[in-house]
Amino acid sequence: MEDYEAQEQEFWAKLEESEFSRSSMLRRSAAAALGLTILGGAPSLAAAARRAGAAAPPLKGTAANMAALVAAAKKEGHLNVIALPPDWANYGEIISTFSKKYGIGITSDNPDGSSAQENQAIVSLKGDPRAPDVVDVGPSFAVSGTVQGLYGKYFNSNFATIPRAMKDTRGYWTGDYWGAISIGYNASLISTPPKSFADLLKPEYKNKVALNGSPLTSNSAVSGVFAAALANGGSLSNVAPGIDWFAKCKSVGNFIPVQTTPQTVASGQTPISIDWDYNNFAYVKEFPSAKWTVTIPSDGVYGGYYCQAINATAPHPNAARLWEEFLYSDQGQILFLKGYAHPARFTDMNGRKVIPKALINALPSGALYSKVKFASLGQITAAKATINTQWPAKMGA
Amino acid sequence: MKTGRRRLPLAWLGAVPFFLYALLFLFIPAASIIAGAFKDAKGHRTLSNIHQVFQSQYIDAFRTSIEISVVTALLGGAVGLAIAYAALREGTPRWIRSGMTTFSGVAANFGGIPLAFAFIATLGSVGIATQFIDNVFGVNIYNSPVNFAIWSKTGVEITYLYFQMPLMILVIAPAIDGLRREWREAASNLGASSWQYWRHVGLPILMPSILGAMILLFGNSFAAYATAYGLTSGAIPLVPIVIGNFYTGDVLSNPHLAQALAFGMFVVLGAMMLLYVPLQRRASRWSR
Repeated sequence: MEDYEAQEQEFWAKLEESEFSRSSMLRRSAAAALGLTILGGAPSLAAAARRAGAAAPPLKGTAANMAALVAAAKKEGHLNVIALPPDWANYGEIISTFSKKYGIGITSDNPDGSSAQENQAIVSLKGDPRAPDVVDVGPSFAVSGTVQGLYGKYFNSNFATIPRAMKDTRGYWTGDYWGAISIGYNASLISTPPKSFADLLKPEYKNKVALNGSPLTSNSAVSGVFAAALANGGSLSNVAPGIDWFAKCKSVGNFIPVQTTPQTVASGQTPISIDWDYNNFAYVKEFPSAKWTVTIPSDGVYGGYYCQAINATAPHPNAARLWEEFLYSDQGQILFLKGYAHPARFTDMNGRKVIPKALINALPSGALYSKVKFASLGQITAAKATINTQWPAKMGA
Repeated sequence: MKTGRRRLPLAWLGAVPFFLYALLFLFIPAASIIAGAFKDAKGHRTLSNIHQVFQSQYIDAFRTSIEISVVTALLGGAVGLAIAYAALREGTPRWIRSGMTTFSGVAANFGGIPLAFAFIATLGSVGIATQFIDNVFGVNIYNSPVNFAIWSKTGVEITYLYFQMPLMILVIAPAIDGLRREWREAASNLGASSWQYWRHVGLPILMPSILGAMILLFGNSFAAYATAYGLTSGAIPLVPIVIGNFYTGDVLSNPHLAQALAFGMFVVLGAMMLLYVPLQRRASRWSR
């Protein structure tokens, strides 16, 4: 029997226990909402009571309860998502397709937010109808979110086909897509294309190299540090050389502390961006005037995935679970592929030959990704601890 | 003389909303920060947070924050005073006075992210002013020898001055209005030059207000968060940004350390007030 299946049965047996704690958590969150709002206690308390009285959302997605889930989600009528830029792994199309397919309106909050801000939003907006229902966070933030009890358990109907290394076997989070750290640059502003991390230290790139955020708060920036470490004699267990590389890049004047966003790419403020390949590939199509070009650095190829999780105190729990069902369906995973991100179920879908040939050809060649390395959760946690102490010391804040 | 029971002064009732507001949104949050600064993760009393604040990275943040605040308070104060006096003295047309006050009211409150983006669009690496200077004078201020950067300490100071100067103008305007024309005339009748008038009459009269305004400017600059973050994305260590990292970042799951840093900010501002009191007393010598 599959290891995870044994664990799953164990947790089915603990279903009663988890039901008990979930309803007590709902009651606790209602009490917290009352305490937080001195004047507005009455409406939020009524809403919480309504939620506690309504049927609890399913733990497992099966073909049998799918119709009931869709009906319950449509009854909730809305979904709150956070930190999903429309050009990040094609989330724009995913959001509009889901909305049209099920008639459920989606509020997309804080698109340029970081993984840390997503977890923080769950904490700060607890009990508030604007709280995010689902989050898409980096793996280390998924782990800390699970430890803090922010997420609810759910096994979507395609859980079995997701690689073991990309999911939490207890059902708290599931990896949805992965990519590799790449160097994107504006070919009209950069005359000599950079091909590696070593290239980026050259004087002709003064004031041009940017990251997607700060490694203290953003998962893509942490991954940039990993990639730099792999390129400079470090390893997945030792990211200090990566931090040293960024310190060197800053001291020669090449690194700028500006976060890469579509606006900075379009304006030319960040002519070189160290970011996920799917983001850089999206900019190529989005900004033809910037002549954006993407390379995978030759000296350090780091791959990383993002994790879907459902807010334990989601204002729309059934819509949240339906969103996960949609993302992990063949249709949802192909939409990720359209955004140049490798979907989690890629191997399974490729085996069943359900991926359109045109999409497979549009992806960059497999040879570029042959050297890609993924860090384990333990390595990511250790790396974040190193970054948290060494980055402020070596790079300013 | 009225006999019998004294009536309660009902006028105090009018101030109750203000005191309630101050209690809910000023005193209670401040008290909870101070209480939290001395607690550890489990809620026990401890001094370890305060001890940690003295680590070099936080001391650096305090030093940079205080440095930027002092520079912008002094510079903003001096330039604001000069502009205010020029706009408000008797010879100036009325429209300059009202125009200056209106503009200062808007500019003093124009801060945060919009201000940061406005300056990035102007003085950023591909900003309008940067490109203009490059095209017309052939000097790229981002390269040597100038080596300017909008995300450096200098860039932050220049951006802060944008709201510090108008704030000074707004605050010092009533004091300048209080400078009577008769005193200037009396001084020149007695043979004083312009410099002597200012040194012996004008500045001593204005000094208490100037000092108070500069303390206000210091506090305004010390606590600025959104502007600094928008400009630097955290590249230079400033206390509000370090505190912000605890709440939006994954740095340490220790909000009490952030509260200890906030307590440190209270201490710094308290120290400035302590400096201010004897200075103010000395400056008001002439009026006693």
